Amino acid sequence: MTSAPAASRRIRLPDWAAWLGVAPFFVFAAMFLIAPTAWLLVGAFQDGDGAFTLANFVRLGQPSIRLSYALSLEISAASAALGALFGLALALAALRGGLPEWVRPTLMTFSGVASNFAGVPLAFAFMATLGRLGLVTVLLRTLGVDLYAHGFNVLTFWGLTITYLYFQIPLMVLVVTPAIDGLRREWKEAAETLGASAFQYWRMIALPVLWPSALGAALLLFANAFGAIATAYALTGSSFNIAPILLYAQIRGDVLHDPNLGYAVAVGMLAITGLTNLAYLALRSRTERLR
Amino acid sequence: MSFVTLARIQKSFGHAAVVKDFTLAVERGEFVTFLGPSGCGKTTILRMIAGFEQPSAGVIRIGGRDVTHLRANRRAIGMVFQAYALFPNMTVARNIGFGLKVAGKPAAEIEARVAEMLALIKLPDLAGRYPHQLSGGQQQRVSLARALAPNPQILLLDEPLSALDARIRVALREDIRALQRKLGITTIFVTHDQEEALSISDRIVVMHAGAIEQVGTPAEVYNRPKTRFVASFVGTLNTFAGVVADPAAGALRLGETTIFTRAPIEGARAGETRMLALRPEALSLEGAADGANALRVVIEDASFLGAVVRLKARFGDTILLADVFNAVGLALPQPGETVELSFRREDVIVLEGD
Ligand SMILES: Nc1ncnc2c1ncn2[C@@H]1O[C@H](COP(=O)(O)OP(=O)(O)OP(=O)(O)O)[C@@H](O)[C@H]1O
Ligand SMILES: [Mg+2]
Repeated sequence: MTSAPAASRRIRLPDWAAWLGVAPFFVFAAMFLIAPTAWLLVGAFQDGDGAFTLANFVRLGQPSIRLSYALSLEISAASAALGALFGLALALAALRGGLPEWVRPTLMTFSGVASNFAGVPLAFAFMATLGRLGLVTVLLRTLGVDLYAHGFNVLTFWGLTITYLYFQIPLMVLVVTPAIDGLRREWKEAAETLGASAFQYWRMIALPVLWPSALGAALLLFANAFGAIATAYALTGSSFNIAPILLYAQIRGDVLHDPNLGYAVAVGMLAITGLTNLAYLALRSRTERLR
Repeated sequence: MSFVTLARIQKSFGHAAVVKDFTLAVERGEFVTFLGPSGCGKTTILRMIAGFEQPSAGVIRIGGRDVTHLRANRRAIGMVFQAYALFPNMTVARNIGFGLKVAGKPAAEIEARVAEMLALIKLPDLAGRYPHQLSGGQQQRVSLARALAPNPQILLLDEPLSALDARIRVALREDIRALQRKLGITTIFVTHDQEEALSISDRIVVMHAGAIEQVGTPAEVYNRPKTRFVASFVGTLNTFAGVVADPAAGALRLGETTIFTRAPIEGARAGETRMLALRPEALSLEGAADGANALRVVIEDASFLGAVVRLKARFGDTILLADVFNAVGLALPQPGETVELSFRREDVIVLEGD
């Protein structure tokens, strides 16, 4: 009759059953996050014979490693800043620029594909177009423009930064789109009835509401670029000194082989990526309060 | 001349005609409500007055000036939306001061006006809060203050109460009306809630499918609905058909029974069928007074609602609802019982059309 007996008849799962439900998550985290991190951490504090040492971290201070970190950070920062800027502009234009209906889905699909178009295929595409014998390079040379004579080189800071932009911009588009969609029509119309110009609306409302999301997205791009090894390695081989390649060389390389130093390099990268992600999360919680 | 005039406004989106030949004049200081079901075009008209949409045809004048093609930010209009329209990145004070700030007013003047508005909406302590720290009702009060702060010519409100719960809704609508009277601002209010419309308005514009069905005071619209649509949309109403017996005497036949209206039935001929309407509260169990009408009905159900008792009664094929006062000592009729329901001649509403 009443609902009380029905409620008590409802099957009550024991606590362990609830834990069983989330077990796959913990297994996943343990296998792909915790175990490798622990492995790295332990390895980073050991010497070649397995004894405890801080030497690996001390060696992170040596000029070649310091330089590779600096270069990685610079490329990541540059590609994140430029990617965020262009990505934001592109997304704003597509979503709020009064463009035809088909622009949005097309841009989204393209961005979904392009943001994953990193690694060897992207590197190959770059070499094939802008490399020393690339299509565009050769074409421009026949037109009398010699890119390389003007100091251009894919295997440089700018070369790598521009290459990274090819996946950073689409990634930015994907990450900020929800934030732009979150700009309510009422805000714009309320501002208008109150006498604001379109410029005033953007300056005083839309951009202040957007910037935490945009900055958060830029941090994500930074972490993304900082960890990207495949593109850099495929593009430059081991000839270009950035942190992921250095890491690769230490663990795999024939000449520099020193896994423990490699672990220390990785721990350093992990710390930087981790901090970036923390900042991203902090910004995101701030954004959520703005809704 | 009226303060706001809408002359033969039409609006189509693609092939869909959403507003059809809408003509209305609103006096200075008047509180006019657009009432109608969802999708009938209320918001669309409001948005054309605000300048967010362009009419496909017709002219809009405010204060004698043709504003049909004037940009929205030049119209000096205050608008309150259904919900979530406060700027999330600004405090309450900065929200309210926004209109004055973009108008380039000095900081001291803005501050004074914000304090004045906060007192008007009875939230003097919330100046430093952000919108997400306010309840729904408080947000709507702040929206109202923000819209009024720059002294707009007209105030437009698009279902400002529909996202709030019932108790707050009633309190806030009374406050809106009091504030509107105090400031004397010309106001257009949109709702699909008939009780809200009846309680708050000087005049109600009942809309249906993009056109006006009736314009009148709450009492006119409620007591003298012109069409069946108005009758059924505003309040609960019994409608049934009657055959005109003698138009001059106001006599109609319902089956075997003859009833009379207050006045002659204009434009009707004997033998014609007309739709009639009766409010539930016009029906009474207390025997017919002299000259009043009476119908013998069979009670189907009686439900006790407190101050009133709602009877469901059958008259021929028609089900009539009757609300009778719950007087002490009133013997409630039982289902199956045959009783006489009486009503005054002036309570019979003869509807236009069919
Ligand atoms: N921008 C638009 N494009 C196409 N159709 C529209 C547009 N705006 C409104 N309509 C259509 O116009 C009709 C009237 O819409 P409107 O919003 O004015 O109704 P309303 O009376 O305010 O309804 P509600 O009570 O649900 O708010 C609807 O059928 C709607 O689908
Ligand atoms: Mg509406």
